[in-house]
Formats: sequence, C-alpha cells, structure tokens
Amino acid sequence: MFNDLRDLYQEVIFDHNRNPRNFRVIENADRQVEGFNPLCGDKLTLFLKMNGNVITDASFQGSGCAISTASVSLMTEIVKGKTEQEAEELFKKFHEMTTGKDEEINLEAVGKLAVLAGVREYPARVKCATLAWHTLDAALKNEQKPVSTE
Amino acid sequence: MNKQHIEIRTDKTMTNFPVEKIRADFPILAELIRNKPLIYLDNAATCQKPQAVIDSIVQLYSHDYANVHRGVHTLSVRSTDKFEGARTKVKNFINAANEKEIIFVKGATEAINLVAQTYGKANIKAGDEILITAMEHHSNIVPWQILCEQTGAILKVAPINLQGELIFDEFEKLISDKTRLVSVVHMSNALGTINPVKKIIAAAHAQGVPVLLDGAQAIPHMPIDVQDLECDFYAFSGHKLYAPTGVGVLYGKQALLEAMPPYQGGGDMIRKVTFQETEYNVLPYKFEAGTPDIAGVVGLGAALDYLNDIGMANIAAYEGELLAYATEKARHIKGLRIIGEASQKGAILGFVVDRIHPHDIGTMLDSLGIAVRAGHHCAMPVMDFFEVPATARASFAMYNTKSEINVLMTGIASLIEVFG
Repeated sequence: MFNDLRDLYQEVIFDHNRNPRNFRVIENADRQVEGFNPLCGDKLTLFLKMNGNVITDASFQGSGCAISTASVSLMTEIVKGKTEQEAEELFKKFHEMTTGKDEEINLEAVGKLAVLAGVREYPARVKCATLAWHTLDAALKNEQKPVSTE
Repeated sequence: MNKQHIEIRTDKTMTNFPVEKIRADFPILAELIRNKPLIYLDNAATCQKPQAVIDSIVQLYSHDYANVHRGVHTLSVRSTDKFEGARTKVKNFINAANEKEIIFVKGATEAINLVAQTYGKANIKAGDEILITAMEHHSNIVPWQILCEQTGAILKVAPINLQGELIFDEFEKLISDKTRLVSVVHMSNALGTINPVKKIIAAAHAQGVPVLLDGAQAIPHMPIDVQDLECDFYAFSGHKLYAPTGVGVLYGKQALLEAMPPYQGGGDMIRKVTFQETEYNVLPYKFEAGTPDIAGVVGLGAALDYLNDIGMANIAAYEGELLAYATEKARHIKGLRIIGEASQKGAILGFVVDRIHPHDIGTMLDSLGIAVRAGHHCAMPVMDFFEVPATARASFAMYNTKSEINVLMTGIASLIEVFG
C-alpha cells in the first residue's frame, strides 16, 4: 500500500525507529544541547563526551517521528571517534544531501546516512532529518541555548 | 463522474444529503494527489472552495471591480453594492440585529485581537481578570496575554477533563467580581468539543461579564444565531466557511461596539479629519480602516448563499453521521487512541497511534492521497494536557463521504502494520 514511500521509509529507518541506538543519558557529558522542532513537537537532548577535539561518546534522549529518531540514532553512531572538524564536515555533506542541488549530492561521502536521502523529495520532512545535525552543530560550537528549527 | 462518486453509492448515508451534487461543485476534489483521488480531511485548517465562490471572485474582477465607499462612478457603486450586500448576508446568516454589528476583518484571529486592543484596553485594568478555557487555540490565548502585559490584568484558565470537556463547575467558580471578560472557543479545533456556550453566557451575564465566542471552527458545522446565543462578540474566519482566505467577521452587540475606541486609524474609518482632530465614522466603518478585502468579502457572500441553499442544519446532521461513522471505525483500530471524546462534538477526529509519530502518519496517508493535519494544531496547552507532543487530525466537511473514511481507516490500519 505504501510502495511510493519506500525511498523515504527504508527498512534501516524503521529499524532505528524501533530500536534507537545510544538512547541513553551520558552522565557528566562534556556537551549537552536540546533540539526542538516547534512545528511537530520533536524534542531531543544530545549528549557528547569529548577527549580533546575527539567525540568519544554520543547519545540522546527525547521523542520524535521515525525520520528524526532514525536520523539522530544514526548520527550518534557515526560521529563516535570523529574529530569536531570531521563531524562538522559530515554535517555539511548531510545538509547538502537533504537540501542541496542534485549535482552536489555525494551519497558515498555520507556512508550509511544515505538512507535519509529520500527526505529531499519531501520538503515538509527535511527538518525532521536535520534537527539532530543542527543540534550537534550547536553542541560542537559549545552553544548553551536550545536549538530550534524555526 | 469519477471513481469516488460511484463508490459513494455503496455506502449510503441515512439522510438524503446531496453529497454527490456538492462534491461536483468543488473542482479541487477532482484533483489527483500522488496519483490517487484526493481525500481532503484537513477542513479544520481550511476548507476547499465551491465553484460559486471562485466564480464570484472572477465575476467581480472581470466586470464589477473598483474601490468601495469611494467614488460616484459606476464600478465603485457596483463594488460597494456587492460588498455591502455581503454584509447583509452575514448579518442574516448569524441573525445579528443589524449590519452595524458586522465588522469585516482578516479572520477570527484579527477579530479577537481587535476586541482585546479596543474593548480590552478601554475596560480592563491592572488586577482585572480575563477568563478563557484550557482548550483554546493560540489565537484566543496570546491576544489576552498581550493585553495582560499591557494592562497588568490576569489571565485565568478554566480546566478541562480527560474527555476534552470544559469542567463547568470550575469555570463558574472562576467568574469573580474581578472578571471583565470571558472569551471561549465555541468548538475546539484540536478536540472537536462543542462548548455549552449558552450555559457559559448565562453564567457570565449573571455576573455582568460580557462573553466573546471564538466561532472559527463552529460556524461551518452548525446554524449560528447570535441573538439566541446572546453572546456579546462572535469571531469567525471566512476560509473555514468555504470562502476565500483574508476575510473574517467580528460580530459585536451594537452598544458595545459604539462605546469601543477604534482599532486602526486610516481611510474609511473617519468622518472628518483635520490636523487638530479627527471625527470617527459610524459603525461598522469605524473598525474598517483602509481598503478592505473586497473580493474576499464578496466571496464570503457567495459562500453564504451556497450554504443557505444546502441548509446549515442539514450540514450539521450529515457531518454528525460522518463523525459517528469515523469514530466507530477508529475505535476498532488497535493502538489508536482518540484525543477528544466530548459528548458534544463537531466533525473532528483527533488521534494518536502507539509508537507512531503523527508526522509519519501524515506523510504515509499523504501517499494515499489523504490530507490530514499532524501537529499541535496551534493548541500546545491542549497537547500538554493530554501529554502528547502532537496529534493527527482528520476533520470533516460536508463534501466528505463514508467511503473516504473507509480509505482513511484502511490506511491507518496498514501503516500500523508497516511500522510493526
């Protein structure tokens, strides 16, 4: 019945929605930032543990749609062990994948995050996918105030 | 005749409501969405327009258009006649005592802001209280919060129960000798609850407190008689009433409107201007500064003609059947929880589904051609009360059918399976 949506709701997304990875609090986190999408009520808190400029652990709490949950779940997996610069670079590529022009897209550069490329066709859902990354960006820049998509 | 029209026959309704004929009057209902026939169930956000309304605007701009109340030339007279004719139609539609009580505004939101910034500023001071309910749309919360900031008045909120009904005893207790205004929603946009407005008005009037009713949701679903209700103000939008966007109405009792200061200054709202002083125009023009939304008002008049032909009581009865049918079907879907189960309800079905976010429901139903709203419905306090971040909402109009509801319910059941 939902064949048209297979590009958006891939099995990996259902999997991360059912069993989100790193869904926990990091006690004594070095960075902790809240992200909020006031349009749909998605809320998340991102926790980072840093060693110098390397992200040694990442986790989250909160509630959201399948796209936003899968996006933050995948993000916490992929940024572990990355330097701040590498994570920012990944954010840039992810942003291009979800909102950029077709010729800018490099699915190989984003690895398994490519499963979220389908949101490009659903402008109303792009913010669901990018909320996690904007929150990470704020955490890396050590901003204290909550991130809002609006 | 498209496929949907044929399907309707397999799901006869009790009434002889001419839904097929009505559907044929709405060109957008023939639209394909993602290659499927449109099933438009977002009517509480805004509803679609019949050809008669679309034609009225084309006719105005093609043959009759000029500014109103301005010139002696033929087109200005024609435009003014249509514009003022629409005011009479509104007066009749809600049974106001006369045309002076009908103020054209942008929509229900502006109508409420107008009352807050004119009646409110003139009559409400520090320590006074304004009473609303816990099921209000943001547009009946924020204008009062602004007024409270400006004046030092206090906003009081009457609670609701888990069915989404106003707890009337608590509401009554909150009316005090400090209460200066009661402003309540006639029908809730998030829950569908129809408030016991006559009881509310009687209780407020017993204490000498005027009542504003936010009728944005109620007016497309039931006959409204402001004299029978005895409300002091009634606010509604055209676009939820099959009319264009950009136009709405503030009804106010003449004596109240006469005593209120103007809202905005400008052309049309004045009688005489010098640099020393300005004499304001009479009602209703005192509150209509600047060139109004002429085409919107004319379109609203056409929508009211269209609705009068069908009959608001007939519409209410038919939509009541649709809501009962949808509610019964929804109750059989495992994992679905209806948000808003008041005993008196309009044709709105708010719901959540275990472990599936309303935005995912919205996107999945869209792929089936079904338009529902997912979100907080500009009623964040209602979402907080029910402890949900958002809900999905199917809201029905007179052109919806039971077969459309069948497609909706099958869609919801299927997406629950897909999410696993």
